[in-house]
Amino acid sequence: MGVIEKIKKNLPSWVKKIFKKKRARIGIYGPPNAGKTTLANRIIRDWSGDAIGPVSEIPHETRRAKRKEGIVVNANGAAITLDVVDTPGLATKIDFHDFMAYGLDEAEAKRRAKEATEGVIEAIKWLDDLDGILLIMDATEDPFTQVNVTVIGNMEARELPLLIVANKIDLPEASPARIKSAFPQHTVIPISALEGYNVDKLYESIANHFG
Amino acid sequence: MSKKKTKKRRTEKSNAHEGIRIDIISKDRISTMAPMEKIRLILDMVRDGSIVILERGLTPEEEAKLIEMTMTEITPNDFSGIEIESYPCKQRTTFLGKLLGKTMFETRLTVVGAADQLKTLKRDHDFISALVSVRSRG
Repeated sequence: MGVIEKIKKNLPSWVKKIFKKKRARIGIYGPPNAGKTTLANRIIRDWSGDAIGPVSEIPHETRRAKRKEGIVVNANGAAITLDVVDTPGLATKIDFHDFMAYGLDEAEAKRRAKEATEGVIEAIKWLDDLDGILLIMDATEDPFTQVNVTVIGNMEARELPLLIVANKIDLPEASPARIKSAFPQHTVIPISALEGYNVDKLYESIANHFG
Repeated sequence: MSKKKTKKRRTEKSNAHEGIRIDIISKDRISTMAPMEKIRLILDMVRDGSIVILERGLTPEEEAKLIEMTMTEITPNDFSGIEIESYPCKQRTTFLGKLLGKTMFETRLTVVGAADQLKTLKRDHDFISALVSVRSRG
């Protein structure tokens, strides 16, 4: 990290607020299969007509961070240019047997597991180079996982903005309220990245939070 | 007593001593260690089959580093990672801290074990329930 970057990083948050910027590099984080790439594709398609990567029901489909620059988001009269980084799913354990349950043979499952571990490392390294993050949680799952706690703790320690996205609200068992009650100190936006429900609200929050 | 019976009794006796080792590390000890020392110590103990309890846990940055190091050690059929149980850090903001842009974090009790030994059953703001099992030996 350069000297100027170090000084910028250590500035008090009230100083940073005075010099608000209109361009931000944001990372999309979350556990495997929370819908990170689906959301990245939704944002990029909505604002540039492109896509970032394939999605799959097999966990750890994204095993390399993917970046798309210059996505201009206009919402509620505010505009912000985003560099979007879709990161591999974070986990504390990766067992190749879990991939075999999806029909992969042993060699393929081991290869995927190895790449997934590298992906987790890459996602953690990216935390040092971001202006803010969207933390995606599957609203049908228990939000109180160590991965979520660690990501939130890291953003709080760095005093960087964080938006929690409660995804999959199109599913009947989804409970965004459970996520709100788990992390009451942060803004939680319930959406369906797949169906596009409530994404306008997400764009407004992105413009307000990261602008 | 026949040889067979003696052998059976010995096996039963050794099984009776089989259990789960728990290593409890005080905050005094952990506070004197550098981040990498803490991480190495935790990972070595966990890989040896211990459940590690830290009186005061790791900072968010150290937790991220622990996950990173864990990923480098995952090996098929040997080590598939870790399970960590902890409560979120408490933030302490002082006037001087605010002025300097520094937030103090108070880390909390943390339990770490191998993924095949420690399993979270239920977790909330103020309650964690976990299942600890003896490591299966193939």
